[in-house]
Amino acid sequence: MDIFDILGPVMIGPSSSHTAGVVRIGNVARRILGATPEKAHIFFHGSLAKTFRGHGSDKAIVAGLLGFKPEDVRIRNSLELAGEMGLTFEIRTVELENVHPNTVVLELEGSKPLTMQAASVGGGNIMVQKINEIDVLFDGYYDTLVIIHEDAPGAVSLVTNILAVEKINIANMKMHRSKKGGKGIMIIEVDGRLDRSLTNVIAALPRVEQVTKLTGAVT
Amino acid sequence: MINFNSLAAIIECAEAEGTTISALTLTQTAEDTERSEAEILAQMAENLAVMKEAVKEGAKEGLQSVSGMTGDWAYRVKSKFGQREAFCGEFVSDVICNAMAVMHVNACMGRIVAAPTAGSCGILPACLISLQNHHEISDEELINGLLNASAIGMVIAKNATLAGAQGGCQAECGSAAAMAASAITEILGGTPTMCGFAVAQALKALMGLVCDPVAGLVEEPCIIRNTTSAMVAISAAQVSLAGVPSLIPADEVIKAMDYIGRHLPASLRETADGGLATTPTGIEITRGLESKKF
Repeated sequence: MDIFDILGPVMIGPSSSHTAGVVRIGNVARRILGATPEKAHIFFHGSLAKTFRGHGSDKAIVAGLLGFKPEDVRIRNSLELAGEMGLTFEIRTVELENVHPNTVVLELEGSKPLTMQAASVGGGNIMVQKINEIDVLFDGYYDTLVIIHEDAPGAVSLVTNILAVEKINIANMKMHRSKKGGKGIMIIEVDGRLDRSLTNVIAALPRVEQVTKLTGAVT
Repeated sequence: MINFNSLAAIIECAEAEGTTISALTLTQTAEDTERSEAEILAQMAENLAVMKEAVKEGAKEGLQSVSGMTGDWAYRVKSKFGQREAFCGEFVSDVICNAMAVMHVNACMGRIVAAPTAGSCGILPACLISLQNHHEISDEELINGLLNASAIGMVIAKNATLAGAQGGCQAECGSAAAMAASAITEILGGTPTMCGFAVAQALKALMGLVCDPVAGLVEEPCIIRNTTSAMVAISAAQVSLAGVPSLIPADEVIKAMDYIGRHLPASLRETADGGLATTPTGIEITRGLESKKF
Protein backbone atom coordinates (compact mmCIF):
# COMPACT_ATOMS: atom_id res chain seq x y z
CA MET A 1 0.00 0.00 0.00
CA ASP A 2 1.26 3.48 -0.79
CA ILE A 3 -0.18 7.00 -0.91
CA PHE A 4 -1.75 6.50 -4.33
CA ASP A 5 -3.84 3.66 -2.94
CA ILE A 6 -5.18 6.23 -0.50
CA LEU A 7 -5.54 9.18 -2.89
CA GLY A 8 -6.55 7.18 -5.85
CA PRO A 9 -7.19 5.45 -8.00
CA VAL A 10 -8.42 7.90 -10.58
CA MET A 11 -11.54 5.98 -11.48
CA ILE A 12 -14.97 5.87 -12.97
CA GLY A 13 -17.59 6.01 -10.20
CA PRO A 14 -19.61 5.29 -8.29
CA SER A 15 -17.83 2.96 -5.83
CA SER A 16 -14.15 2.26 -5.25
CA SER A 17 -14.79 -1.19 -3.81
CA HIS A 18 -17.74 -2.09 -6.02
CA THR A 19 -16.60 -0.45 -9.27
CA ALA A 20 -12.84 0.30 -9.47
CA GLY A 21 -11.68 -2.71 -7.42
CA VAL A 22 -13.95 -4.98 -9.42
CA VAL A 23 -12.48 -3.66 -12.69
CA ARG A 24 -9.02 -4.55 -11.35
CA ILE A 25 -10.13 -8.08 -10.46
CA GLY A 26 -11.28 -8.45 -14.07
CA ASN A 27 -7.95 -7.03 -15.30
CA VAL A 28 -5.92 -9.54 -13.26
CA ALA A 29 -8.01 -12.50 -14.47
CA ARG A 30 -7.66 -11.36 -18.08
CA ARG A 31 -3.88 -11.07 -17.69
CA ILE A 32 -3.59 -14.56 -16.23
CA LEU A 33 -5.78 -15.94 -19.01
CA GLY A 34 -3.64 -14.05 -21.52
CA ALA A 35 -6.51 -12.71 -23.61
CA THR A 36 -10.12 -11.62 -23.48
CA PRO A 37 -12.13 -14.67 -22.40
CA GLU A 38 -14.69 -16.03 -24.83
CA LYS A 39 -17.12 -16.83 -22.07
CA ALA A 40 -17.31 -15.63 -18.47
CA HIS A 41 -19.42 -16.97 -15.64
CA ILE A 42 -19.39 -14.24 -13.00
CA PHE A 43 -20.51 -14.81 -9.41
CA PHE A 44 -20.99 -11.99 -6.90
CA HIS A 45 -21.05 -12.71 -3.18
CA GLY A 46 -22.17 -10.68 -0.15
CA SER A 47 -22.38 -6.92 -0.38
CA LEU A 48 -21.57 -7.13 -4.09
CA ALA A 49 -24.45 -9.56 -4.63
CA LYS A 50 -26.84 -7.06 -3.09
CA THR A 51 -25.76 -3.90 -4.88
CA PHE A 52 -23.93 -4.91 -8.04
CA ARG A 53 -26.37 -3.26 -10.45
CA GLY A 54 -26.52 0.07 -8.67
CA HIS A 55 -22.76 0.27 -8.30
CA GLY A 56 -22.14 -0.79 -11.85
CA SER A 57 -20.17 -3.84 -10.60
CA ASP A 58 -21.61 -5.82 -13.52
CA LYS A 59 -20.26 -3.23 -15.97
CA ALA A 60 -17.02 -3.10 -13.96
CA ILE A 61 -16.21 -6.82 -14.01
CA VAL A 62 -17.01 -7.10 -17.72
CA ALA A 63 -14.92 -3.99 -18.44
CA GLY A 64 -12.05 -5.50 -16.48
CA LEU A 65 -12.23 -8.72 -18.50
CA LEU A 66 -12.21 -6.62 -21.67
CA GLY A 67 -8.99 -4.98 -20.47
CA PHE A 68 -10.40 -1.53 -19.68
CA LYS A 69 -8.65 0.23 -16.81
CA PRO A 70 -10.59 1.64 -13.81
CA GLU A 71 -10.37 5.19 -15.24
CA ASP A 72 -11.71 4.24 -18.68
CA VAL A 73 -15.01 5.99 -19.52
CA ARG A 74 -16.00 2.99 -21.70
CA ILE A 75 -16.84 1.13 -18.46
CA ARG A 76 -20.27 2.76 -18.66
CA ASN A 77 -21.03 0.85 -21.87
CA SER A 78 -19.04 -2.34 -21.27
CA LEU A 79 -22.06 -4.66 -21.29
CA GLU A 80 -22.88 -3.56 -24.84
CA LEU A 81 -19.21 -3.51 -25.92
CA ALA A 82 -18.66 -7.10 -24.69
CA GLY A 83 -20.71 -8.50 -27.57
CA GLU A 84 -18.71 -6.54 -30.13
CA MET A 85 -15.46 -7.71 -28.54
CA GLY A 86 -16.39 -11.39 -28.55
CA LEU A 87 -17.14 -11.92 -24.85
CA THR A 88 -20.34 -13.58 -23.72
CA PHE A 89 -21.05 -13.56 -20.02
CA GLU A 90 -23.58 -14.42 -17.38
CA ILE A 91 -23.81 -12.88 -13.93
CA ARG A 92 -25.18 -14.66 -10.88
CA THR A 93 -25.16 -14.15 -7.15
CA VAL A 94 -23.74 -16.76 -4.81
CA GLU A 95 -23.41 -17.33 -1.07
CA LEU A 96 -19.94 -18.40 0.03
CA GLU A 97 -18.67 -19.20 3.52
CA ASN A 98 -15.87 -17.43 5.37
CA VAL A 99 -14.94 -14.98 2.62
CA HIS A 100 -14.69 -11.19 2.38
CA PRO A 101 -18.07 -9.44 1.86
CA ASN A 102 -16.96 -8.19 -1.56
CA THR A 103 -15.94 -11.46 -3.18
CA VAL A 104 -16.10 -12.28 -6.89
CA VAL A 105 -15.67 -15.74 -8.41
CA LEU A 106 -14.85 -15.97 -12.10
CA GLU A 107 -15.07 -19.07 -14.28
CA LEU A 108 -13.56 -18.16 -17.61
CA GLU A 109 -13.33 -20.01 -20.89
CA GLY A 110 -10.88 -19.07 -23.61
CA SER A 111 -7.71 -20.61 -24.99
CA LYS A 112 -7.70 -22.42 -21.64
CA PRO A 113 -10.05 -22.47 -18.67
CA LEU A 114 -9.35 -20.33 -15.62
CA THR A 115 -11.12 -19.96 -12.32
CA MET A 116 -10.26 -17.17 -9.95
CA GLN A 117 -11.62 -15.94 -6.64
CA ALA A 118 -10.80 -12.44 -5.46
CA ALA A 119 -12.12 -9.79 -3.10
CA SER A 120 -12.37 -6.05 -3.52
CA VAL A 121 -11.13 -4.98 -0.11
CA GLY A 122 -11.77 -1.23 -0.20
CA GLY A 123 -10.44 1.90 -1.84
CA GLY A 124 -9.99 0.07 -5.15
CA ASN A 125 -7.58 -2.43 -3.61
CA ILE A 126 -7.99 -6.14 -4.21
CA MET A 127 -6.88 -9.49 -2.86
CA VAL A 128 -6.66 -12.50 -5.16
CA GLN A 129 -7.52 -15.59 -3.11
CA LYS A 130 -7.71 -18.59 -5.43
CA ILE A 131 -6.46 -19.46 -8.89
CA ASN A 132 -7.69 -22.74 -10.40
CA GLU A 133 -8.89 -23.86 -6.95
CA ILE A 134 -5.41 -23.40 -5.44
CA ASP A 135 -5.27 -20.99 -2.51
CA VAL A 136 -3.05 -17.99 -3.22
CA LEU A 137 -2.93 -14.58 -1.61
CA PHE A 138 -1.65 -11.43 -3.31
CA ASP A 139 -2.90 -7.90 -3.73
CA GLY A 140 -1.37 -6.81 -7.03
CA TYR A 141 0.41 -3.92 -5.35
CA TYR A 142 3.88 -5.02 -6.43
CA ASP A 143 4.89 -6.14 -9.88
CA THR A 144 3.99 -9.80 -9.54
CA LEU A 145 4.90 -13.01 -11.32
CA VAL A 146 2.24 -15.70 -11.26
CA ILE A 147 3.97 -18.92 -12.27
CA ILE A 148 1.99 -22.12 -12.76
CA HIS A 149 4.34 -25.09 -12.70
CA GLU A 150 4.75 -28.75 -11.90
CA ASP A 151 5.57 -29.28 -8.24
CA ALA A 152 9.08 -30.75 -8.34
CA PRO A 153 12.46 -30.26 -6.59
CA GLY A 154 14.46 -27.32 -7.92
CA ALA A 155 11.59 -25.48 -9.54
CA VAL A 156 12.00 -22.50 -7.24
CA SER A 157 15.76 -22.12 -7.51
CA LEU A 158 15.62 -22.04 -11.31
CA VAL A 159 13.28 -19.07 -11.16
CA THR A 160 15.01 -17.23 -8.34
CA ASN A 161 18.37 -17.66 -10.07
CA ILE A 162 17.06 -15.76 -13.07
CA LEU A 163 15.80 -12.97 -10.81
CA ALA A 164 19.16 -12.86 -9.01
CA VAL A 165 21.07 -12.52 -12.27
CA GLU A 166 18.78 -9.66 -13.29
CA LYS A 167 19.36 -8.06 -9.85
CA ILE A 168 15.66 -8.06 -9.05
CA ASN A 169 14.84 -8.02 -5.36
CA ILE A 170 12.01 -10.30 -4.24
CA ALA A 171 9.68 -8.52 -1.82
CA ASN A 172 7.42 -11.48 -1.07
CA MET A 173 7.32 -15.02 -2.34
CA LYS A 174 4.72 -17.70 -1.75
CA MET A 175 4.36 -21.26 -2.95
CA HIS A 176 1.09 -23.07 -3.21
CA ARG A 177 0.20 -26.46 -4.65
CA SER A 178 -2.84 -28.66 -5.09
CA LYS A 179 -0.98 -31.80 -3.95
CA LYS A 180 2.55 -33.20 -3.86
CA GLY A 181 3.80 -33.52 -7.42
CA GLY A 182 0.66 -31.78 -8.73
CA LYS A 183 0.12 -28.30 -10.10
CA GLY A 184 1.87 -25.59 -8.15
CA ILE A 185 1.65 -21.83 -8.21
CA MET A 186 4.49 -19.48 -7.33
CA ILE A 187 3.56 -15.92 -6.49
CA ILE A 188 6.62 -13.67 -6.61
CA GLU A 189 6.25 -10.01 -5.75
CA VAL A 190 9.25 -7.83 -6.56
CA ASP A 191 10.50 -4.32 -5.81
CA GLY A 192 10.64 -1.92 -8.72
CA ARG A 193 9.66 -2.89 -12.23
CA LEU A 194 9.76 -6.26 -13.97
CA ASP A 195 10.79 -6.35 -17.57
CA ARG A 196 8.40 -8.20 -19.85
CA SER A 197 11.18 -10.13 -21.60
CA LEU A 198 11.87 -11.86 -18.31
CA THR A 199 8.58 -13.73 -18.46
CA ASN A 200 9.69 -15.43 -21.68
CA VAL A 201 12.92 -16.56 -20.06
CA ILE A 202 11.07 -18.01 -17.10
CA ALA A 203 8.39 -19.55 -19.31
CA ALA A 204 11.12 -21.48 -21.15
CA LEU A 205 12.24 -23.22 -17.93
CA PRO A 206 11.50 -26.93 -17.54
CA ARG A 207 8.23 -27.77 -15.74
CA VAL A 208 6.97 -24.19 -16.01
CA GLU A 209 3.55 -24.24 -17.58
CA GLN A 210 2.63 -20.61 -17.64
CA VAL A 211 4.03 -17.26 -16.51
CA THR A 212 2.01 -14.08 -16.09
CA LYS A 213 3.51 -10.72 -15.23
CA LEU A 214 1.10 -8.42 -13.42
CA THR A 215 2.04 -4.77 -13.32
CA GLY A 216 1.71 -3.42 -9.79
CA ALA A 217 -0.82 -0.79 -8.76
CA VAL A 218 1.91 1.85 -8.77
CA THR A 219 2.03 3.14 -12.32
CA MET B 1 12.26 7.22 8.01
CA ILE B 2 8.56 6.95 8.77
CA ASN B 3 6.34 3.90 8.40
CA PHE B 4 2.77 5.24 8.61
CA ASN B 5 1.92 2.90 11.49
CA SER B 6 1.39 5.72 13.96
CA LEU B 7 0.48 9.34 13.45
CA ALA B 8 2.22 10.32 16.69
CA ALA B 9 5.51 8.95 15.33
CA ILE B 10 5.13 10.90 12.06
CA ILE B 11 4.30 14.10 13.95
CA GLU B 12 7.22 13.61 16.32
CA CYS B 13 9.58 13.10 13.39
CA ALA B 14 8.25 16.16 11.53
CA GLU B 15 8.48 18.37 14.64
CA ALA B 16 12.00 17.15 15.44
CA GLU B 17 13.22 17.83 11.91
CA GLY B 18 11.32 21.12 11.67
CA THR B 19 9.56 19.91 8.55
CA THR B 20 6.02 19.13 7.41
CA ILE B 21 4.04 15.89 7.21
CA SER B 22 3.81 16.36 3.44
CA ALA B 23 7.59 16.69 3.02
CA LEU B 24 8.22 13.53 5.05
CA THR B 25 5.56 11.69 3.08
CA LEU B 26 7.12 12.70 -0.23
CA THR B 27 10.60 11.55 0.77
CA GLN B 28 9.36 8.29 2.24
CA THR B 29 7.15 7.46 -0.74
CA ALA B 30 10.02 8.07 -3.14
CA GLU B 31 12.11 5.63 -1.13
CA ASP B 32 9.39 3.00 -0.71
CA THR B 33 8.32 2.98 -4.36
CA GLU B 34 11.76 3.55 -5.92
CA ARG B 35 10.47 6.57 -7.83
CA SER B 36 11.73 10.13 -7.99
CA GLU B 37 10.05 12.88 -5.97
CA ALA B 38 9.27 14.67 -9.23
CA GLU B 39 7.34 11.62 -10.51
CA ILE B 40 5.32 11.43 -7.32
CA LEU B 41 4.54 15.15 -7.41
CA ALA B 42 3.48 14.82 -11.05
CA GLN B 43 1.10 11.97 -10.23
CA MET B 44 -0.36 13.96 -7.35
CA ALA B 45 -0.75 16.93 -9.71
CA GLU B 46 -2.72 14.62 -12.00
CA ASN B 47 -5.01 13.74 -9.08
CA LEU B 48 -5.55 17.44 -8.45
CA ALA B 49 -6.35 18.02 -12.11
CA VAL B 50 -9.00 15.25 -12.07
CA MET B 51 -10.46 16.78 -8.90
CA LYS B 52 -10.65 20.24 -10.47
CA GLU B 53 -12.31 18.84 -13.58
CA ALA B 54 -14.91 17.01 -11.47
CA VAL B 55 -15.70 20.15 -9.46
CA LYS B 56 -16.39 21.92 -12.75
CA GLU B 57 -18.27 19.10 -14.51
CA GLY B 58 -20.49 18.27 -11.56
CA ALA B 59 -21.87 21.78 -11.21
CA LYS B 60 -23.36 21.83 -14.70
CA GLU B 61 -27.07 22.22 -15.36
CA GLY B 62 -29.12 19.19 -16.35
CA LEU B 63 -26.93 16.40 -14.92
CA GLN B 64 -28.64 13.14 -14.09
CA SER B 65 -27.15 10.14 -12.31
CA VAL B 66 -27.21 6.65 -13.82
CA SER B 67 -30.07 5.68 -11.50
CA GLY B 68 -31.95 8.91 -12.17
CA MET B 69 -32.20 9.47 -8.40
CA THR B 70 -30.04 12.58 -8.26
CA GLY B 71 -28.78 15.21 -10.65
CA ASP B 72 -27.92 18.86 -10.83
CA TRP B 73 -28.13 19.64 -7.14
CA ALA B 74 -24.73 21.35 -7.12
CA TYR B 75 -25.92 23.56 -9.96
CA ARG B 76 -28.97 24.50 -7.91
CA VAL B 77 -26.82 25.49 -4.96
CA LYS B 78 -24.39 27.39 -7.15
CA SER B 79 -27.12 29.29 -8.99
CA LYS B 80 -28.14 30.79 -5.66
CA PHE B 81 -24.69 32.19 -4.90
CA GLY B 82 -24.70 35.89 -4.15
CA GLN B 83 -28.27 35.65 -2.98
CA ARG B 84 -29.76 35.23 0.42
CA GLU B 85 -29.48 31.44 0.14
CA ALA B 86 -25.69 31.69 0.38
CA PHE B 87 -26.28 32.93 3.91
CA CYS B 88 -23.38 30.95 5.37
CA GLY B 89 -20.88 32.92 3.34
CA GLU B 90 -19.29 32.44 -0.03
CA PHE B 91 -16.49 30.14 1.06
CA VAL B 92 -18.76 27.72 2.89
CA SER B 93 -21.33 27.80 0.06
CA ASP B 94 -18.53 27.01 -2.37
CA VAL B 95 -17.40 24.04 -0.28
CA ILE B 96 -20.97 22.70 -0.15
CA CYS B 97 -21.45 23.12 -3.88
CA ASN B 98 -18.10 21.57 -4.79
CA ALA B 99 -18.60 18.53 -2.56
CA MET B 100 -21.97 17.89 -4.20
CA ALA B 101 -20.54 18.46 -7.67
CA VAL B 102 -17.84 15.79 -7.33
CA MET B 103 -20.35 13.33 -5.89
CA HIS B 104 -22.64 13.96 -8.87
CA VAL B 105 -19.83 13.19 -11.30
CA ASN B 106 -19.29 9.95 -9.40
CA ALA B 107 -22.98 9.00 -9.51
CA CYS B 108 -23.00 9.68 -13.26
CA MET B 109 -20.14 7.16 -13.70
CA GLY B 110 -17.79 10.02 -14.48
CA ARG B 111 -14.09 10.25 -13.59
CA ILE B 112 -13.09 11.02 -9.99
CA VAL B 113 -10.23 10.39 -7.58
CA ALA B 114 -11.08 7.97 -4.77
CA ALA B 115 -10.14 10.12 -1.78
CA PRO B 116 -9.86 7.78 0.02
CA THR B 117 -12.91 6.08 -1.52
CA ALA B 118 -15.42 6.95 -4.20
CA GLY B 119 -18.17 7.26 -1.60
CA SER B 120 -16.16 10.02 0.05
CA CYS B 121 -14.65 11.54 -3.10
CA GLY B 122 -16.22 14.99 -2.67
CA ILE B 123 -14.66 16.04 0.62
CA LEU B 124 -10.98 16.67 -0.18
CA PRO B 125 -11.58 18.40 -3.54
CA ALA B 126 -14.31 20.55 -2.02
CA CYS B 127 -12.14 21.70 0.87
CA LEU B 128 -8.92 22.25 -1.08
CA ILE B 129 -10.25 23.75 -4.31
CA SER B 130 -12.62 26.07 -2.44
CA LEU B 131 -9.68 27.14 -0.29
CA GLN B 132 -7.79 28.07 -3.44
CA ASN B 133 -10.85 29.88 -4.85
CA HIS B 134 -11.00 32.17 -1.84
CA HIS B 135 -7.38 32.50 -0.69
CA GLU B 136 -3.98 33.01 -2.26
CA ILE B 137 -2.97 29.37 -2.52
CA SER B 138 -0.94 27.78 -5.30
CA ASP B 139 -1.41 24.38 -6.91
CA GLU B 140 1.92 23.35 -5.34
CA GLU B 141 0.50 24.07 -1.91
CA LEU B 142 -2.63 22.06 -2.70
CA ILE B 143 -0.47 19.16 -3.88
CA ASN B 144 1.41 19.28 -0.58
CA GLY B 145 -1.98 19.26 1.12
CA LEU B 146 -2.86 16.09 -0.78
CA LEU B 147 0.44 14.49 0.29
CA ASN B 148 -0.32 15.38 3.88
CA ALA B 149 -3.84 13.96 3.54
CA SER B 150 -2.56 10.72 2.04
CA ALA B 151 -0.25 10.17 5.01
CA ILE B 152 -3.24 10.48 7.33
CA GLY B 153 -5.19 8.03 5.18
CA MET B 154 -2.30 5.54 5.29
CA VAL B 155 -2.27 5.61 9.09
CA ILE B 156 -6.04 5.10 9.25
CA ALA B 157 -5.90 2.27 6.70
CA LYS B 158 -3.18 0.53 8.72
CA ASN B 159 -4.89 0.89 12.09
CA ALA B 160 -8.56 0.76 11.16
CA THR B 161 -10.25 0.64 7.77
CA LEU B 162 -11.31 2.96 4.94
CA ALA B 163 -14.09 0.70 3.66
CA GLY B 164 -17.75 1.37 4.37
CA ALA B 165 -18.44 -2.36 4.13
CA GLN B 166 -16.15 -2.88 7.11
CA GLY B 167 -16.41 0.30 9.18
CA GLY B 168 -19.48 2.22 8.00
CA CYS B 169 -19.54 5.80 6.70
CA GLN B 170 -17.26 6.97 9.52
CA ALA B 171 -14.49 4.95 7.84
CA GLU B 172 -15.06 6.65 4.49
CA CYS B 173 -16.39 10.19 5.08
CA GLY B 174 -14.88 10.33 8.56
CA SER B 175 -11.45 9.44 7.23
CA ALA B 176 -11.80 11.84 4.29
CA ALA B 177 -12.75 14.65 6.68
CA ALA B 178 -9.77 13.85 8.90
CA MET B 179 -7.49 13.88 5.86
CA ALA B 180 -8.93 17.18 4.60
CA ALA B 181 -8.76 18.78 8.05
CA SER B 182 -5.08 17.91 8.32
CA ALA B 183 -4.38 19.12 4.78
CA ILE B 184 -6.06 22.49 5.38
CA THR B 185 -4.20 22.86 8.66
CA GLU B 186 -0.82 22.33 7.00
CA ILE B 187 -1.63 24.50 3.99
CA LEU B 188 -2.61 27.39 6.26
CA GLY B 189 0.61 27.13 8.24
CA GLY B 190 -0.38 24.89 11.12
CA THR B 191 2.23 22.68 12.78
CA PRO B 192 2.33 18.88 12.44
CA THR B 193 0.98 18.68 15.99
CA MET B 194 -1.97 20.83 14.96
CA CYS B 195 -2.55 18.51 12.00
CA GLY B 196 -2.83 15.65 14.48
CA PHE B 197 -5.42 17.60 16.46
CA ALA B 198 -7.37 18.27 13.27
CA VAL B 199 -7.42 14.55 12.40
CA ALA B 200 -8.70 13.65 15.85
CA GLN B 201 -11.37 16.36 15.90
CA ALA B 202 -12.77 15.48 12.48
CA LEU B 203 -12.85 11.74 13.16
CA LYS B 204 -14.51 12.29 16.53
CA ALA B 205 -17.19 14.46 14.98
CA LEU B 206 -18.18 11.79 12.46
CA MET B 207 -17.65 8.77 14.67
CA GLY B 208 -20.43 6.20 14.58
CA LEU B 209 -21.76 7.35 11.23
CA VAL B 210 -23.30 4.34 9.51
CA CYS B 211 -23.37 3.38 5.84
CA ASP B 212 -27.02 2.89 4.83
CA PRO B 213 -27.29 3.93 1.20
CA VAL B 214 -30.72 3.82 -0.40
CA ALA B 215 -30.79 1.03 -3.00
CA GLY B 216 -27.09 0.56 -2.25
CA LEU B 217 -26.24 3.50 -4.46
CA VAL B 218 -23.64 6.15 -3.66
CA GLU B 219 -26.18 8.97 -3.74
CA GLU B 220 -28.69 9.12 -0.89
CA PRO B 221 -27.46 10.01 1.75
CA CYS B 222 -23.84 9.99 0.50
CA ILE B 223 -24.07 13.33 -1.28
CA ILE B 224 -25.24 15.28 1.75
CA ARG B 225 -22.82 13.37 3.99
CA ASN B 226 -19.94 14.50 1.80
CA THR B 227 -21.02 18.13 2.17
CA THR B 228 -21.44 17.88 5.94
CA SER B 229 -18.17 15.99 6.31
CA ALA B 230 -16.43 18.81 4.43
CA MET B 231 -17.99 21.20 6.97
CA VAL B 232 -16.61 19.04 9.77
CA ALA B 233 -13.16 19.19 8.16
CA ILE B 234 -13.27 22.98 8.04
CA SER B 235 -14.39 23.22 11.67
CA ALA B 236 -11.71 20.80 12.78
CA ALA B 237 -9.01 22.75 10.91
CA GLN B 238 -10.25 26.08 12.27
CA VAL B 239 -10.19 24.81 15.85
CA SER B 240 -6.79 23.16 15.46
CA LEU B 241 -5.17 26.17 13.80
CA ALA B 242 -6.09 28.08 16.95
CA GLY B 243 -4.04 25.56 18.90
CA VAL B 244 -6.99 23.88 20.59
CA PRO B 245 -5.94 20.29 21.34
CA SER B 246 -7.92 17.09 21.07
CA LEU B 247 -7.98 15.53 24.52
CA ILE B 248 -7.93 12.06 22.95
CA PRO B 249 -4.89 11.69 20.66
CA ALA B 250 -5.48 10.95 16.98
CA ASP B 251 -4.04 7.42 17.08
CA GLU B 252 -6.43 6.48 19.88
CA VAL B 253 -9.36 8.08 18.07
CA ILE B 254 -8.51 6.01 14.98
CA LYS B 255 -8.52 2.81 17.03
CA ALA B 256 -11.82 3.82 18.64
CA MET B 257 -13.29 4.39 15.19
CA ASP B 258 -12.15 0.89 14.21
CA TYR B 259 -13.72 -0.55 17.37
CA ILE B 260 -17.03 1.11 16.58
CA GLY B 261 -16.89 -0.08 12.98
CA ARG B 262 -16.42 -3.66 14.13
CA HIS B 263 -19.43 -3.34 16.39
CA LEU B 264 -21.75 -1.98 13.71
CA PRO B 265 -24.21 -4.59 12.52
CA ALA B 266 -23.73 -5.74 8.92
CA SER B 267 -27.04 -4.07 8.05
CA LEU B 268 -25.37 -0.68 8.58
CA ARG B 269 -22.19 -1.42 6.64
CA GLU B 270 -22.95 -0.77 2.98
CA THR B 271 -25.40 -3.67 2.58
CA ALA B 272 -28.48 -1.42 2.21
CA ASP B 273 -30.25 -3.62 4.78
CA GLY B 274 -30.99 -0.99 7.41
CA GLY B 275 -31.23 2.67 8.33
CA LEU B 276 -32.33 5.01 5.54
CA ALA B 277 -32.19 2.17 3.00
CA THR B 278 -35.06 0.33 4.71
CA THR B 279 -37.30 3.30 5.48
CA PRO B 280 -40.67 3.01 3.69
CA THR B 281 -39.52 5.53 1.08
CA GLY B 282 -36.08 3.93 0.80
CA ILE B 283 -37.72 0.57 0.07
CA GLU B 284 -40.11 2.19 -2.40
CA ILE B 285 -37.20 3.78 -4.31
CA THR B 286 -35.31 0.48 -4.30
CA ARG B 287 -38.33 -1.45 -5.65
CA GLY B 288 -38.86 1.20 -8.31
CA LEU B 289 -35.29 0.76 -9.52
CA GLU B 290 -35.54 -3.05 -9.37
CA SER B 291 -38.70 -3.03 -11.48
CA LYS B 292 -36.73 -1.09 -14.09
CA LYS B 293 -34.18 -3.96 -13.95
CA PHE B 294 -31.69 -1.37 -12.86
